[in-house]
Amino acid sequence: MIRSTVIEIRTSPHLHADRSVDMIMRNVVYALLPICAYAVWLFGVSALALLIVSTGSCVLTEHIACRISKKETSVGDFSVVITGILLGLVLPPGFPLWMTAVGGFIAVAPGKMLFGGLGFNIFNPALVGRAFLQAAFPTAIMAYTQPLAANRFSEFIPSTLAIPLMKAPAVAALTSATPLMMQKFDHVSSLASTLLWGQHAGSAGETCAPLVFLCGLYLIVRKMMDWRISASMLLGVAVFGGLFHWINPAQYPNPWVELLSGGLMLGAMFMATDPVASPVTPRGMWIYGIVMGLITVLIRFLGGLAEGVMYAILIGNALSPLIDNVTQPRTYGERKTKAVAT
Amino acid sequence: MGLGVLENIVGKRLWRGVHVPEFKDLTCHLPIRRMPFAPMLVVPLSQHAGSPAKAIVQAGQEVVRGEPIAEADGFMSVPMHAPVTGKVDRIALAPSARGDLSPAIYIKTYASASQEILYGAPQDIEQMTGEEIVRAVQATGVVGLGGAAFPTHVKLRVPDGKRIDTVVVNGCECEPYLTADHRIMLEQPKKVLHGARVAMRAVGAERAIVGVEDNKMDAVEALKAANAGHIDIDIEAVAAKYPQGAEKMLVKVLLGREIPSRGLPSDIGVGVFNVATLAQIGDLLPNRQGLIERVVTISGPGVNKPGNYLMALGTPLRFALEFAGCTDQAASVVLGGPMMGAAIGSFDVPVTKGVTGILVFTHQAVNGKSHIFPCIHCAACVDICPMHLNPSRLGMLARKDRYEEMEADYHLTDCFECGCCSYVCPSHIPLVQYFRVAKQMNREKKAVRA
Repeated sequence: MIRSTVIEIRTSPHLHADRSVDMIMRNVVYALLPICAYAVWLFGVSALALLIVSTGSCVLTEHIACRISKKETSVGDFSVVITGILLGLVLPPGFPLWMTAVGGFIAVAPGKMLFGGLGFNIFNPALVGRAFLQAAFPTAIMAYTQPLAANRFSEFIPSTLAIPLMKAPAVAALTSATPLMMQKFDHVSSLASTLLWGQHAGSAGETCAPLVFLCGLYLIVRKMMDWRISASMLLGVAVFGGLFHWINPAQYPNPWVELLSGGLMLGAMFMATDPVASPVTPRGMWIYGIVMGLITVLIRFLGGLAEGVMYAILIGNALSPLIDNVTQPRTYGERKTKAVAT
Repeated sequence: MGLGVLENIVGKRLWRGVHVPEFKDLTCHLPIRRMPFAPMLVVPLSQHAGSPAKAIVQAGQEVVRGEPIAEADGFMSVPMHAPVTGKVDRIALAPSARGDLSPAIYIKTYASASQEILYGAPQDIEQMTGEEIVRAVQATGVVGLGGAAFPTHVKLRVPDGKRIDTVVVNGCECEPYLTADHRIMLEQPKKVLHGARVAMRAVGAERAIVGVEDNKMDAVEALKAANAGHIDIDIEAVAAKYPQGAEKMLVKVLLGREIPSRGLPSDIGVGVFNVATLAQIGDLLPNRQGLIERVVTISGPGVNKPGNYLMALGTPLRFALEFAGCTDQAASVVLGGPMMGAAIGSFDVPVTKGVTGILVFTHQAVNGKSHIFPCIHCAACVDICPMHLNPSRLGMLARKDRYEEMEADYHLTDCFECGCCSYVCPSHIPLVQYFRVAKQMNREKKAVRA
């Protein structure tokens, strides 16, 4: 006998794929952990402190922002953890911690929560934070240190513990140029092996491109990240970089060097692919990636900065609504000629 | 065509859409069984697309199984036949799957009657013209049994100025759980093919293609065996993917043709018919009988005896579910497949011509994660939409009540509510529901303006 209890009425579909936003975001965090571990191995306790402070300040900012706007806290969706980790990974390992905390606040408060939180931000929050830091602290953000220092696990890089608004200790002796800086300003190419293993000066998590690539590949294989954006951005850099190299091999390095150096791999794999700020149409994704690749190459080769990935992605983010608008898919059965109004 | 080369390598397949867990092994091996007659059958007058039928019986009148009890009201309508020998109890309102009440003929079953179909007279289809077949099919009361319940004879009459060269027979049954069409192809392949030839004759097509998903290779073999020695009908296995059974998808997969937006298959020379529909036509037409029963899959985690049941039309769900061993844990009952079927609000809803399945879900199956996140623009919905729409953008516009823009600029009316976008959405946004609301709002606005 059917006991006539309450039966639920829901609308179709009555099945749902076993996927959710928090699950995807959690997996992105997992994918970033090996990169974090490698950064700590290269740069020691300073990198560890950097990552903890960047993640902590981002999470705290989002939590407080939700509190202030009287909403349920959204830190449980893990997206802000990604922002925090990414921000730490794109800063120099000896970056002063108080500046990192400011960067985390800027990334999340104006960069994300002011727009309405997850899904509504126009720019990648981590890059908003970094762009702010680059404008506010141009010296500190160019102060890169060599990896694998002997005392890296016992001592902080001096600049890490700088006191807010005081003149930073003289660290010039410790700083060294990244491969891209050497290429651009001194015309010195780095060894392929140095680039491959990522054992050179650079931002905490950007140095080892193959590792970043593998971590991104994990997400692509699990269908939690769009391979088309990564592929098209790398393709853009390879093609346009290759073009420059073909025209003037003496001045412009082999595109392989471009692909493996700087923040390109981390940017192409983990930041350009931030779904919130990228197009949704298939054609749009390819255009978006190639445009970002082109801008990266232009800044690196023709601009005043050694590295252009951050601005390339931010410009790409700004363009993505427009790209979406002009690349709407052709609908099945859409009539080729539009009816002319009479 | 470039795609043609690729097709030779990977076979005919639907590129968009989703792979949904099938749950078909609950019932696909179970032969069709007849369900006993319920003590009271409820035959709604409107169980098809088009005008409701007009009752031609009165309360208290005795009816014989197979006898017409309602006549078609115009060309866009079909008659009804008594599904059981018994007595008309009353003509009154009955709950429908849509949730409202609609007029229905209540028939009390004579428990001791033999329930043999005594009604009908043989006719020779070979001697009939296309128009005569159309009329004869209308008299059987057959409508699309794949779920749409569109009157079949309407599709058999080719509009003036159009020509149909190919009949597409839809044996995809891409919805999870459902296996009724599978069993029909397996057990009655000759009837399916006979029905297909009737349809070919009516529309004047020289060939037919039967499209069956490759998760039913035994059905493909059965149809091929039944078709041995004939070249007018091709049987094709297509790679299984939801929603391949939607006629627009199947026509594209099998023939590479696209049905124009707001158009009909006949615009591109195709007529599409479901296998269960054709099996009924193949069975009923030679004997001039009426549609009084259909095969329904009863399945889902909430029933103990899932199976494919041959059920008298008008059987109340309460009776059907009790027969199939519905458990106490039943939390929701869905008519049709889980992707497009409607949850019903009353166990008194009867089985009608368009019911392909009755699925019972338990609380565990229903109460999934229901937290809705904002859209993160992951593009999963854009990538799988079989109509190549932009559900992400449509959903955003729906949230802002910009319904007219959805229709004018983003092809809202092309959405056939297959549910793929809601299925894949990691934010659990009820996109299809948004689109239903938007369509309805637009219809109402137009009605006000008109």
